Amino acid sequence: MADQPVRHAVIIGGNRIPFARSNTAYVNVSNQDMFTAALEGLVARFGLQGQRIGAVSGGAVLKHSKDFNLMRECVLGSSLDAATPAYDVQMACATGMEAIGSLANKIKLGQLDSAIGGGVDTTSDAPIVVSESLRAILLELSRARSTKAKLGALAKIRPAHLAPSAPGTGEPRTGMSMGEHQAITTHAWGITREAQDELALASHKNLAAAYERGFFDDLITAFNGLAKDNNLRADSSMDKLAKLKPAFGKSLGEQATMTAANSTPLTDGASAVLLGSEDYAQENDLPMFANFVDFEAAAVDFVHGSEGLLMAPAYATARLLKRNNLSFEDFDFFEIHEAFAGTVLATLKAWESEEFCREKLGLDGPLGTVDRSKLNVNGSSLAAGHPFAATGGRLIASTAKMLHEKGSGRALISVCAAGGQGVVAILEARK
Amino acid sequence: MADKYLELVNSGMTKKLAKLLGLPRPPRLRRYGVDTPLLPGPVLVLGTSARAQELSDTMVSWGLDVRRHDAGESKLGGLVLLLDELSHPEQLSALMLATGAALRKLVPGARVVSVSKPALANDEPAIAAVRQGIDGAMRSLGREMRGGATANGIVLAGDTSIVSPSALGALRFFFSGRSAYVDGQFLTVRTEAGELPEDFRAPLAGKVAVVTGAARGIGAEIARTLARDGAKVVLVDMPQAGDALAKVANQVGGTTLQLDVTAKDAGQRIMDHALTRHGSLDLVVHNAGITRDKLLANMDAARWDSVIAVNIASQLRMNEVFLAAKLPGLRVVSLASTSGIAGNRGQTNYAASKGGVIGMVRASAALFAENGGSITAVAPGFIETEMTAKIPLGTRTVARLVLPSLMQGGLPVDVAEAIGFLGSDAAAGLNGQTLRVCGQSLVGA
Repeated sequence: MADQPVRHAVIIGGNRIPFARSNTAYVNVSNQDMFTAALEGLVARFGLQGQRIGAVSGGAVLKHSKDFNLMRECVLGSSLDAATPAYDVQMACATGMEAIGSLANKIKLGQLDSAIGGGVDTTSDAPIVVSESLRAILLELSRARSTKAKLGALAKIRPAHLAPSAPGTGEPRTGMSMGEHQAITTHAWGITREAQDELALASHKNLAAAYERGFFDDLITAFNGLAKDNNLRADSSMDKLAKLKPAFGKSLGEQATMTAANSTPLTDGASAVLLGSEDYAQENDLPMFANFVDFEAAAVDFVHGSEGLLMAPAYATARLLKRNNLSFEDFDFFEIHEAFAGTVLATLKAWESEEFCREKLGLDGPLGTVDRSKLNVNGSSLAAGHPFAATGGRLIASTAKMLHEKGSGRALISVCAAGGQGVVAILEARK
Repeated sequence: MADKYLELVNSGMTKKLAKLLGLPRPPRLRRYGVDTPLLPGPVLVLGTSARAQELSDTMVSWGLDVRRHDAGESKLGGLVLLLDELSHPEQLSALMLATGAALRKLVPGARVVSVSKPALANDEPAIAAVRQGIDGAMRSLGREMRGGATANGIVLAGDTSIVSPSALGALRFFFSGRSAYVDGQFLTVRTEAGELPEDFRAPLAGKVAVVTGAARGIGAEIARTLARDGAKVVLVDMPQAGDALAKVANQVGGTTLQLDVTAKDAGQRIMDHALTRHGSLDLVVHNAGITRDKLLANMDAARWDSVIAVNIASQLRMNEVFLAAKLPGLRVVSLASTSGIAGNRGQTNYAASKGGVIGMVRASAALFAENGGSITAVAPGFIETEMTAKIPLGTRTVARLVLPSLMQGGLPVDVAEAIGFLGSDAAAGLNGQTLRVCGQSLVGA
């Protein structure tokens, strides 16, 4: 095994369901329903019925405890061979990236010939947790043996205990929402409201144009009555965006710049990506969209240190480029997940900053400037929405197809995640 | 969607009641299953034909109990009338009366198939008269058949004979449950082209077939039928129908291709998908279609143009691509409609598109034949689908009961079976034709 040459891990294609804003089209749909649908669309697109896939890996950020074996349950509900192993992965918004990257590694090592990676999330069917005090009482009740002890435990329940703890995107260690964290970073990097709105508008226009030219015909399968991402506003304009009031960073007063439009909304959706070795693709007459070259995770100390919550991809990218001996000039596409327009713009600015690149990234000078004409050319999360764990699969499948269409070149994919983490990856067109 | 009336008059107490009241009782049709017999009883061959003995031998090799003369008192599953050597209407009498005598012996779901020659303008008048007369007689016989039995005909054009591959193919089709809802129709064998399958249980084995509009209704049933017959199926539909499309694909072990057939590059994308993913393209079923009904006085451009664009213009454009690629032996089967033949109120646009299909098929036959291929069409009558379920109940019941000889609507599978046959190599000699699958109805949707 140790002496085996490293093989290429090939992205064969992908499938996702249209992404839906929270509490809209997928309001009565579970994570399992959505990922199974994404899987079934993938199976149908590539004729995988009855096939044993090496592994299915993915996860959800917001997950019911009953979904402990989510991926395996989805496989059992799919048309794949029931002998397909599956396991759950969770790394906040980078779940899909981590799942797919690790599968690619296993393919490269010869441990797997085929694999499906992805993710799913719902904020419409999110788990609701009882309050900590009620939970303590219920646990006490379950331990009680005598009737008296049981009644004693029950007697402690007060109406206030019944208020559920809704899930949030707050950081456990700071108590601040992701948006409030980003508002600090956005302000610190001096990102203007106008620049953020421009990025948001471009995302909508690019996504609409991609739909228009049929780019998603072999990337998306309609689900539950929805055929397109319903957050998409093809008719958006700078005027319309300028009218919105700030949603985050309100403590900044006049200097608050982040609105509901230049931040991603809560979204439901699922995505899946089919990977394989070259032999697997050839033997099954499957297309080869791109090679999954390499990926890198990073984390920053946003709790005690001074770094912004969502800046980890800036660090991961520096390390990944160095390891692969590449610079920005070597890339044809940059897919930077738009958690917030401010995240993308702060990251771009950081890479252009001599000070940041020297002091934080340990480089000799700025990492460089990303050519904006190569950035998120088919739209990104501001327009499509961001079902946390499903975003990685969306990005990797779409980017692989872009490289396939171009027939050459490389792409950098960057996804930030809660907990001050991030994962970036390099894809390369098939020669 | 199901025809509840048919169920009521054919089962239990309500069957007795319906008989007592003299209500029309539509029969249960004999449909195809991989393991069902070709005919529900012995077949009697009446009349003479140059190669009648070869025909009998072939039918015996199909496992049929073939009777060459009077069958005595035994029941019959089929009747073949060899009428191709007749030269005067006066000669019809003996065979038709013998047929009449045999009709009482037919079991439910039996088949009568005539074999004749085409009546042409340069024939002797008496010869043309008897040949055209057979057409009228058989169509009338179709209307007299009971118990789901049907009467259809094979016309031998040019130098073809009853043992030409497509004549035998057509005979098997008419015999089998595949033709359950085909009644009073003729198929003309034009050439010696074609060959019978090695395995009659899998006539499309090894073929790659594309079905457009495959997400639901007739298209989904076509995909299932072609897969059952051994084909690898590529299922095409609009991205909006993607989830339904994927479900059908996963049932039949096919692959999905989401596209709008009116897109300029639809033909190329279909061809690329079939060739790169499955290695060949052997059959294309142009099934995708829409209705935008309106009386012509109230018609708008959007309704008219979209129907033409989807139902006929897209097919013309895709066919050009397939022809230019010179795909060897490519068979195309297109969906026409009886509306395109008989007309239908509120459907001028639809009928223009479906009549257009019939014209396109006729005029494209020679082009596809150049590469060993063929193009044919199926014209469904009233078929029980989501689309026809929207027709008001009264109109729907009349359409099912009164107009077709078989007194019921057809099922999507009836259309699919006809397409499976016309798309097979056994039907190559039928190039250019449109077959009605309408239960011998006068109108259709």
